[in-house]
Amino acid sequence: MSFLSVQNISKSYPGVQALSDISFSVEKGAVHGLMGENGAGKSTLIRVLSGDQSADEGSISIDGVEQNYVSVRDAFDAGVIVIHQELQLVPELTVAENLWLGRYPNQAGVVDARELSASVSARLEEIGIDLDPNAKVSSLSLGARQMVEIAKAVMMEARVIALDEPTSSLSSRESEILFDLIARLKAKGTVILYVSHRLEEIFQLCDSLTILRDGRLAAHHPKIADVTREQIIAEMVGRELGNIWRWRGRPLGPTRLEVTGIHGSKLPEPGGFSVRQGEILGFFGLIGAGRSEMMRLIYGADARRGGRVAIDGVDVLPDNPRASINAGLVLCPEDRKHDGIIQGRSIEENIAISSRRHISPFGLLHLRKEAALADRFIERLKVRTPSRRQDIVNLSGGNQQKVILGRWLSEQGVKVLIVDEPTRGIDVGAKSEICDILYELAEGGMAIAVVSSELPEVMGISDRIIVMCEGRMAGEFAREDFEERNILTRALPDRNAAEQH
Amino acid sequence: MNSLKKILLGDQGLVVIFAVAFAIVSLTVPNFLSERNILGLLQSVVTIGIVACTMMFCLASRDFDLSVGSTVAFTGMIAVIASNMTGSIVLGLVIALLSGALVGAVNGFVIACFRINALITTLATMQIVRGLALIVSDGRAVGINDPGFYQLALSRFLGIPTPIWVMGALFAVFGFLLNRTVFGKNTLAIGGNPEAARLAGVNVVSMRIWIFALQGLICAVAGIMLASRITSGQPNAATGLELSVISACVLGGVSLAGGRAAMTGVIVGVMIMGIAENVMNLLNIQAFYQYVVRGLILLGAVLLDNLRSSASRR
Repeated sequence: MSFLSVQNISKSYPGVQALSDISFSVEKGAVHGLMGENGAGKSTLIRVLSGDQSADEGSISIDGVEQNYVSVRDAFDAGVIVIHQELQLVPELTVAENLWLGRYPNQAGVVDARELSASVSARLEEIGIDLDPNAKVSSLSLGARQMVEIAKAVMMEARVIALDEPTSSLSSRESEILFDLIARLKAKGTVILYVSHRLEEIFQLCDSLTILRDGRLAAHHPKIADVTREQIIAEMVGRELGNIWRWRGRPLGPTRLEVTGIHGSKLPEPGGFSVRQGEILGFFGLIGAGRSEMMRLIYGADARRGGRVAIDGVDVLPDNPRASINAGLVLCPEDRKHDGIIQGRSIEENIAISSRRHISPFGLLHLRKEAALADRFIERLKVRTPSRRQDIVNLSGGNQQKVILGRWLSEQGVKVLIVDEPTRGIDVGAKSEICDILYELAEGGMAIAVVSSELPEVMGISDRIIVMCEGRMAGEFAREDFEERNILTRALPDRNAAEQH
Repeated sequence: MNSLKKILLGDQGLVVIFAVAFAIVSLTVPNFLSERNILGLLQSVVTIGIVACTMMFCLASRDFDLSVGSTVAFTGMIAVIASNMTGSIVLGLVIALLSGALVGAVNGFVIACFRINALITTLATMQIVRGLALIVSDGRAVGINDPGFYQLALSRFLGIPTPIWVMGALFAVFGFLLNRTVFGKNTLAIGGNPEAARLAGVNVVSMRIWIFALQGLICAVAGIMLASRITSGQPNAATGLELSVISACVLGGVSLAGGRAAMTGVIVGVMIMGIAENVMNLLNIQAFYQYVVRGLILLGAVLLDNLRSSASRR
């Protein structure tokens, strides 16, 4: 008799089938692993379970009772609590206050502080969490904060707790404490859904395992003992490379971009690489591997602590996007919404924001030239819009991405183009179009670095791949050596290997 | 109902409201449409109108400036004192303009380089600058020695007083600056998304300093005009100006969230503020009530802004 049962869940977003027909079940008191590449549908599944998003089809039942919740609140009441990577605590309140948040024990509105902390310390002891209830959350380590989140879930009588990459920012000691806690919760009969990229943890903790791929169920293993590491990797990747990428070879010139020993606060370990004229270099790694941080340092979006960036042998000034643009180095950022588009302004202005300086003598706009420039790139990049005057927020993700590309293509003398997650949230047709644009630019002699967390995409378009893992360069592959398993193996953090280091 | 909503919340909504209000007032309030009253009305909004030009840039770039009232008083005072001391009106005006720009540049520098909230920064400079105005004047009004100074406000060109020409010219200049120059577009881009603008190569720090320095400079223009009209430097002049100016801008469709501004809107906003006050004067409504009405207008303006942006999000 299974305790948590997920039946035929499907969910689609405009243009993307995020989940199709997912079914699996978990026994009472079991730890169930959930694995898959980025974009495989894990987050969507977790969102559906947490009530944040509702499924188009399918049902979830807990302890034999079918749930039809439509909000996070409903999911709480049903005893399903998701602990996200970004924790949801109030830093300036104490542990006890956070645990009771929203339902403080009180008498006529006066909070009984002693009762508050006494009840919490009893409860923490019961679960086996060693924390001072009166400590401010802001003074706690990330691991301890996670404990607070879990304690909160327990206090809300959670029957199913989903942990999303819980160890991604924990030290190995903290992880051990977390694993002990998971074991105790398990003994109490709580179902734990454990999302992780770390195979070691999956083998150590989980009783059963579900693997997702492209929004579909790739495999369901009721007993973890029956599977091998190799099998899991095969099931995670095992996919035909479609011909959406249409890679074509081209002659490469001399070194165009040379990065040496670059590091910054979010990427402490110095790293370097080079890209040749006409080359497309792919950067693969899991979320948090440091790919985007590296690109932001190179472009000057974040402050550099050291290292050099040179284009055609000439150094580029650090920490100054403007200087990078002048030197011919441009970046299409990962977070389109936060770093890319200018909300509330037109497509035309979003395209021309940088390149208009070439057609604006003395800072005076040349309206006709600017309109022509916008129209040219709207046409060339096939941006689907009724008019160049359209507010950019009204475009789909793919079209916004094309506008950002247009912003840089309209610049003069671009030598190095960095594109971070060029096709995230974009349908297949637009993906092919964007790839064709990249090939065309490379054929024109541009050096291109493409960052992606989708392995098929990196393999589909790159001439060479650098794999990053936990802030370090973990491997390099030439196109003839592209092999999904090898690349993915390099990208997966291996706890044991890291500790021997 | 729906089409009415569309008109009121659309781009031209404010102009429609203004036209209707103007028509009603013209027909119902005696003496409103006389040449004398209209010129008086325009003269009464000169200070707000001039300062609103640059406040529009501040708001469009997602900042704002509370120190404008103090800066107007301070620079007016400096203009009078410096003219008296040097015996040259021109020199006095130049010194006043420079000190206004300096106050603005300091605001901009603190906000852009130390990333301190504009509200707090300008709240501080608002008090510092008001204090400076009181210190240099010893708390008293300072009379103008050279009667030539009065001519700035008293002279007329084609029958229209000079300050109104100055306001009109600044409306034209800043309208052009906003819509037809890289500076204006970059201002709007910073307001739309400061981080994306920075990554697109806009020098956000220097833009902010320039915007605030311009604000200070234009406050000095307003301060000089005001001092000339009241024939003295008054340390307590223009108190509460910042609120009227921000009200006028918001009323004119400048978004407090940045990224959206139009000169025509601001002009209409200024006029609505002016007409409301003028009508209340013509109808002999006690000054005390005028505060209430001004507050209500601001509240209405913010409400309209809110409705408009939630309508455009849909």
